[in-house]
Amino acid sequence: MLRPRPRRCNFPTPIPSAVPADVPVSVTASAPRTILICSGKGGVGKTTLTANLGIALASQGVRTAVLDADFGLRNLDLLLGLENRIVFTAQEVLAGSCRLEQAMVKHKQEPNLALLPAGNPRMLEWLKPEDMQKIVELIKPHFDVVLIDAPAGIEDGFKNAAAAASEAIVVTTPEVSAVRDADRVIGLLNVRNIEPIQLVLNRVRPKMMVNQEMLGVSDVTDILALPLLGLVLEDEQVIVSTNRGEPLTLNGGKSPAAVAYRNIARRLQGETIPLPDPTQLNRGLRAKVRQLLQTKIF
Amino acid sequence: MTLRDLIDRLLGRQQASGPTAKHRLQLVLAHDRSDLNPELLQRMRKEILEVVSKYVELDLEGGDVSLETEERTTALVANLPIRRVKDTALQTLASGES
Ligand SMILES: Nc1ncnc2c1ncn2[C@@H]1O[C@H](COP(=O)(O)OP(=O)(O)O)[C@@H](O)[C@H]1O
Ligand SMILES: [Mg+2]
Repeated sequence: MLRPRPRRCNFPTPIPSAVPADVPVSVTASAPRTILICSGKGGVGKTTLTANLGIALASQGVRTAVLDADFGLRNLDLLLGLENRIVFTAQEVLAGSCRLEQAMVKHKQEPNLALLPAGNPRMLEWLKPEDMQKIVELIKPHFDVVLIDAPAGIEDGFKNAAAAASEAIVVTTPEVSAVRDADRVIGLLNVRNIEPIQLVLNRVRPKMMVNQEMLGVSDVTDILALPLLGLVLEDEQVIVSTNRGEPLTLNGGKSPAAVAYRNIARRLQGETIPLPDPTQLNRGLRAKVRQLLQTKIF
Repeated sequence: MTLRDLIDRLLGRQQASGPTAKHRLQLVLAHDRSDLNPELLQRMRKEILEVVSKYVELDLEGGDVSLETEERTTALVANLPIRRVKDTALQTLASGES
């Protein structure tokens, strides 16, 4: 389990390269978690989750690094509002032309969070799983959690991203194609012994769920056989926050998605926070009629 | 059946799409997960029927060999209604041959 640390991250002060031999180093107590955020299908909310979860964890005192592993279509910088502060990327770090500390972009308002930007899309031509492992090994000593924003698909880009992860969050929406693709990805994660694998169900529309015009929460969790880490409603504020480059979880946002992302961050740290039943959210007369229509008669 | 299904049926409306989505997903995932292509499954089905038919007379109309999936494990499920055990099968057993 991951414990929040109230202290601020001192990154990018240089790190002593060697630990004095007489100091006992407890590896397990502080072993950072490397978490892959993946989905198979594109456009289901991986990058949005990575940005919001990163900010939420950081504000809860967890030293968090977010790594944009979507080298083809990088966007994490934009969602975090850090696009104008990028000097170096993962590419220069790997080439040895800059130090990791120079490439990591620290978030001004949430200094516990830092981004390692993706390099040029041409990196895809030569990047190997070992390269990703190397990057993550460099990042790990300075953080409690490393979130890896995976690209869509199940090809090399995904495999590179997965190579450096010890656990995973699979994002899906309650739609047949997204769930099918998520299932493919879960199969690949299982082969790689990545665990735990937890599920985030995104873009849930309570009204459609009540009307049974959308896969239900338990339908998806049953089919994929994964524990549910969080449930994020369809929320217009997600788009507004993307426009501004300010994740919803920044500045104590109160919209439904903001609350959901913050709860995901807390559950990730081992807190028990009950998951709301989206079909019970609206308790008005219309909702009661809808509920009545769903009662089993035989 | 829910109250809504009943009303939908009485009014001749289409059923809600959620349960249809679930059903279709379960079928397609059973195949995805096992990596068995439909052609291979068809051949297996035929051979299984041949073997079983040596011993019992099957009701081929009511039978089915299909893939089902639950908790991420896929099972090959054969549902083969038996009309009667074949005499020849009993005879081989009686004469001690196997
Ligand atoms: N809960 C949500 N409510 C509304 N829009 C969402 C939600 N989650 C994601 N989106 C939108 O969906 C689109 C794809 O999201 P993104 O995070 O880029 O997906 P991915 O990284 O999986 O490709 C974006 O336009 C984003 O604003
Ligand atoms: Mg993305």
